[in-house]
Amino acid sequence: MSTATAAPVSKAIPQVGEPKATSKGDLMTLAIFIAVVLTAPIWAIPIGAGYPDLLQKFAIFGVFAIGFNILFGLTGYLSFGHAAFLGGGSYIAVWSFKLLGMNILPAVLFGTLFGGLFALAIGFVALRRSGIYFSILTLAFAQMSYNLAYSVLTPVTNGETGLRVLRDDPRIFDDKSGGYDGTLIGNLFGLEMTGYTAFYFCASVLIIAFYISQRIFRSPFGLMLRAIKNNQTRMKFTGLNTRPYALTAFVISGMYAGLAGSLMAVTDPLAGAERMQWTASGEVVLMTILGGTGTLLGPILGAVSIKYFENIFSAYNKSQLLDTFSFLPDSIAEPLVSVLGLFVGEGWHLTLGVLFMLIVIYLPGGLMEGARRVSAMLRKRKAEKTDASSGQTTPAE
Amino acid sequence: MEAIILQILNGLDKGGAYALIALGLTLIFGTLGVVNFAHGALFMLGAFVAVTLNHVMTLEKVVLSETETTAWGTPLEIRTPYIEDWFGETGAFLVDYSVPFALIVAVPFMLMVGIAMERGLIRYFYKRPHAEQILVTFGLAIVLGEIIKKFYGANPIPQSAPEAFAGSIDFGSGIVYPYWRLVYLFFSLAVIGAVMAFLQFTTFGMVVRAGMQDRETVGLMGINITRRFTIVFGLAAVVAGLAGVMYTPILPPDYHMGMDFLVLSFVVVVVGGMGSLGGAVAAGFLLGILQSFASMQEVTSILPGIDQIIIYLVAVVILLVRPRGLLGRKGVFED
Repeated sequence: MSTATAAPVSKAIPQVGEPKATSKGDLMTLAIFIAVVLTAPIWAIPIGAGYPDLLQKFAIFGVFAIGFNILFGLTGYLSFGHAAFLGGGSYIAVWSFKLLGMNILPAVLFGTLFGGLFALAIGFVALRRSGIYFSILTLAFAQMSYNLAYSVLTPVTNGETGLRVLRDDPRIFDDKSGGYDGTLIGNLFGLEMTGYTAFYFCASVLIIAFYISQRIFRSPFGLMLRAIKNNQTRMKFTGLNTRPYALTAFVISGMYAGLAGSLMAVTDPLAGAERMQWTASGEVVLMTILGGTGTLLGPILGAVSIKYFENIFSAYNKSQLLDTFSFLPDSIAEPLVSVLGLFVGEGWHLTLGVLFMLIVIYLPGGLMEGARRVSAMLRKRKAEKTDASSGQTTPAE
Repeated sequence: MEAIILQILNGLDKGGAYALIALGLTLIFGTLGVVNFAHGALFMLGAFVAVTLNHVMTLEKVVLSETETTAWGTPLEIRTPYIEDWFGETGAFLVDYSVPFALIVAVPFMLMVGIAMERGLIRYFYKRPHAEQILVTFGLAIVLGEIIKKFYGANPIPQSAPEAFAGSIDFGSGIVYPYWRLVYLFFSLAVIGAVMAFLQFTTFGMVVRAGMQDRETVGLMGINITRRFTIVFGLAAVVAGLAGVMYTPILPPDYHMGMDFLVLSFVVVVVGGMGSLGGAVAAGFLLGILQSFASMQEVTSILPGIDQIIIYLVAVVILLVRPRGLLGRKGVFED
């Protein structure tokens, strides 16, 4: 076993697209980010995403991916078990609805807390190993949770049917007087979480989540995590115990996942075990990679693009495709549609798989890397142009 | 006592499947240093070779009054309708034995798939980090699964074992065991034995083993180790494919069976020790048996749900107690 297997840890996903690490630059990024997120209902209309369900998904998966990035992007641990925290958060949130009432604050709070505690328990064991062993361990734990949620824990999780809020649940803090027993929609002190209200709630959570992630990226703690990713062995040789730092990162990302899970329950008060399946873990990995691992904005970008394209692609069907290409002669349109038909509708997962491969093969840095490359190219061209126009600025050697 | 023997028998055939997939996985890891998340998909492809062959045979039986045969297919398939036409008995026999006959089709097919995969994709990932290898093969597994889903639908397609093996064997004293599972057990033992013998007793195998120890030195001796490793990848694909073909009468194949088996097989590899062939085989059978023990009524009544998680639980314990796995060699992927 020589060079082939000894994958250098330091090369794991290059750092790309780092914005200037000044507080001014950060503030700018944050301000732009807030503006973009809050105006989403406006700019999403022309691209065909202008309805609240989808925008909520953008925000929720954005939170999930940000959290995952803190672990994978910053610390370099590839977890295949984050769906467990997501699903766990959902379950806890629904239970909070059932027991405490439809106010979403306790639901979100408990969901996040549970994500953190669950991550602490799993991380404490799984972080004893790194590399692929860590991936397998987290996968094993997530599969265990999934299997248990489906079988033995049915009294808690309601198994295959999924957990939902019922009329006769205790909901002790809900006002059930006068025959009216309240709606079964999550509310924030009376403000019902539907449509754009729910989106703006998720959006504010996303902004806070982004801000915290930004602070972590800039903090000494974030620097430590990066050092662990770059060369864990060296960190250990300098006499530093890296595990508490890695565990903290794991717990933080678990909390993010729990938060995302509880937000899912907020927008739609039910929870099912399929949220814990390892394909869900794979999805968040893909989002992070697609956007750009280790970058601040990348994961959100990845989450938004995947959810967006999922929506667009799976809504299409063959007849719509035929309509789209009706301007072509039949002999071209027919085969083209039959080929494209593989990738839309039910075939969305095929598109996802192909996308996954293409990104990993050609653009391991994700969309952020792509953007950086394009801007570098443009800048170079611009520089060349100015060089050419100014003529004798480049003296002969 | 009978119950224990029965559970061991029950675990053996499942363990055989785990062992076969894990064997290929660990072979690929040991030679090429690549973590192949698409290996379960190869198992699934093998299963669908059996499905396809059965499909083709029965399809042609319907139109066999026509003299023309379908244009595509292997020589065997082209021959079938004529035989059925002329010798009804033999034709029926062929259809009956479509699963074993699929093995003959599966060998060249899986070899081709394996080599195409290695040359077309995997070889660009030798030097890339393990995380990227995992991700790209994960994507490939999704793609393969979806393609199969496109052609065969999402529902499992049951395959029947040859009629001679359809029944159960009675060992007496209440131990009843389906014939085909016994066949599968012996089949997996034979394949494992063949692969081990191939690596142990042939010159090719010797070179491959040397390459697993120290790829660079073998290369420096003027041996084209890359090409041999490509063939090893093909071999691993064939093993996974054959395991899939023979498993179809036990479990009706569907497009995500590969994923289901992959997760378990990875656990098997890790428990056995990355890069250790013997470890993968031992762990495969061990976990198969443990799983069937855990699903006994007596056990589940004490520890409910243990049958669902036993494999993962064992993996967690083993990884924490013996970080290298049961038989893992020193220096293989330690970090």
